[in-house]
Amino acid sequence: MIKQRGFPFHILVFILPGLLIYTLFSAWPLLDTLLLSFFEESGDQRVYSGLANYRLVLTDPDLSAGFWNALGNNGVFFLVHVLVQNPIGLLLAALLSLRNLRGVRTYRTLIFMPTLLSVVIIGFIWQLILSPLWGVSETLLGYVGLESLFDAWLGKESSALLTLALISVWQFVGIPMMLIYASLLAIPDELLDAAHVDGASPLRTFWQIKLPLIAPTLGLVTILTFIGNFNAFDLIYAVKGALAGPNFSTDILGTYFYRTFFGFQSSLGSSTLGATVATLMFLIILAGVALYFYGVQRRLQRYPM
Amino acid sequence: MKPFQLAALVPLTLALTINTALAGELNIESWRVDDKDLWEKEIIPAFNKAHPAISVKFNPTAPTEYNASLNTRLAGGTAGDLITCRPFDIALELYNKGNLTDISTLEGLKSFSDVARSAWQTDDGKTTFCMPMASVIHGFFYNQDIFAELGLSVPETEADFFTVLDKIKSDGSYTPIALGTNDGWETHQIVYTGIGPNAWKGEAGRKALIGGTAKMTDSGFVAPYAQMAKWQPYLSKGYQSQTYGDSQNLFALGRAAIYPAGSWDIAYFNSNADFKIGAFKPPVASKGATCYISDHTDIGMGINPASKNRTDAETLLNWLASKAFAELYTNKVTGFFSLSDHEISIEDPLAAEMISWRADCESTIRLNAQILSRGRDDLETAYWNAGQGVINGTVTPEAAAATIQAILDK
Repeated sequence: MIKQRGFPFHILVFILPGLLIYTLFSAWPLLDTLLLSFFEESGDQRVYSGLANYRLVLTDPDLSAGFWNALGNNGVFFLVHVLVQNPIGLLLAALLSLRNLRGVRTYRTLIFMPTLLSVVIIGFIWQLILSPLWGVSETLLGYVGLESLFDAWLGKESSALLTLALISVWQFVGIPMMLIYASLLAIPDELLDAAHVDGASPLRTFWQIKLPLIAPTLGLVTILTFIGNFNAFDLIYAVKGALAGPNFSTDILGTYFYRTFFGFQSSLGSSTLGATVATLMFLIILAGVALYFYGVQRRLQRYPM
Repeated sequence: MKPFQLAALVPLTLALTINTALAGELNIESWRVDDKDLWEKEIIPAFNKAHPAISVKFNPTAPTEYNASLNTRLAGGTAGDLITCRPFDIALELYNKGNLTDISTLEGLKSFSDVARSAWQTDDGKTTFCMPMASVIHGFFYNQDIFAELGLSVPETEADFFTVLDKIKSDGSYTPIALGTNDGWETHQIVYTGIGPNAWKGEAGRKALIGGTAKMTDSGFVAPYAQMAKWQPYLSKGYQSQTYGDSQNLFALGRAAIYPAGSWDIAYFNSNADFKIGAFKPPVASKGATCYISDHTDIGMGINPASKNRTDAETLLNWLASKAFAELYTNKVTGFFSLSDHEISIEDPLAAEMISWRADCESTIRLNAQILSRGRDDLETAYWNAGQGVINGTVTPEAAAATIQAILDK
């Protein structure tokens, strides 16, 4: 008995506020940044210059070295997260989901806590811990006889990036842990009971039943890590400043963008070059996400649970 | 009590009415975060005694972020009325972009020497856009207690300097030099341009480098790096991640004997160190050689053309050129030496010691401050990385100088 109605105008009322805010604060700035990257500043005016900025950032013998260095460092930063943060997250989640474990909530909260702290605090605390002058790490290493291993990790070109990546891992390990933990809990008990009845060892249950079931979550965690890492900026900035020293060895795309856009010391910033770097960051992330969705996500087998 | 509370409310309400410039209100942009208290408690009240109608607010931004955030605020039209000027090219660029007003006709400028004004003039010297405020002098501080305990005397030549360092090191109770390479800038701005002028003969070398008749790879410019490369054994363990703050603490706690210093450090040590501090100038190559010091014109102040209170701003600038300000600033902001010609007395012994070097030695400014940094590459950063690399031992002095020369060649 429902009458054919015209366009449901009331829907607009619900959509509009969200659409407006999204357009104003997200879509429009993004598009504007894309546009800006095709312009050049000459005097007070902006002149259309095609792909000149991209050529400058990617191939110019003076300027491109900084970009490629930052991209390489960012790759290392991401790899450390994938190889260290996510496996540890998985391990912690697997331990937490063990039956009969006492104090699950306490562990969960404690491990998740650093994620909630401000990066500035994290950076400050770790700088103090690792400081060769006042830090406790040398003494702590001394207790187990490993004093000779201690070094000024944050200050050396060879180890600064790795150290910062591990600090970031320490901070964010709670997120993969929580996501994986949630999907581990979602596995129906009947499946695990059946495996138990069939005589599968806990280890085999994990590798052959739980892991395939949570594979989509692992993929999701990886892609979230990817997006987070290629947008990262704050930890490096808090610990090493915009210069990302020593000798740019901890420079990642975020800090490189900051220096390009705002300028640093004797170099003046350029909003158009900055926009170019920002666009490149966006494209890198877009490419990574696309690759994941088309290459990995679609091939993952999903099991009805 | 009532009037006081009211007085406290006034700035608060002013702060809340963002950017509605009231007549007689001036906002100062600066990177001197450390001086906020001094401005609010000493300088502004002193200014208000002479000019009660003008209310001044001092709004500093952290030094490393100042240039970037000031540019952003100028572009967005939210910058303050008065802009604290970095010397040379950074301020010149602001003037060229129309972000600083031509103040050549201001009465106050007459109190300054040509050298002082040169930091804030166009290349032809015709237009001045910032009122010179202060310079900083570079040298070394030493802990007098430690020197007395170990029976050391103040080094005059480079050889003396290393003898002193060796003695402190062999005693073993103190770190010879409080210096870290984590932040990078100290290795260039304090160390390289501090000890270097002795090797490149001050202004002569600096002008030759600008003129292109000298190269960074010449012995005069490599020698300071070669000296820095020898410092590594005298720094504390893990100096690669020792920050500027760490170095200050190390020296203030009496755990290090010598501290490569800028005169701005005086204020910090006066309030944080409880031993007597002495100062010595960068050691010369051989006894009796002419000494050169880095007496760097560091701070000036100019007017934002967008300011709605131009006349008040000019009044403040003229006051900055007065003897009253010179005395107040040099004595209160210890370690920043007024550039004006007024005769003033300096109370702080350490500051007086440093300023006395002006009479004994030839003054020069930091090597790359003028003209050289105009290329597309960030020369300043390249210098920091060079200084850092040399002390860390990751590049040789020759290679570091060659890298810089490659940038200068462009």
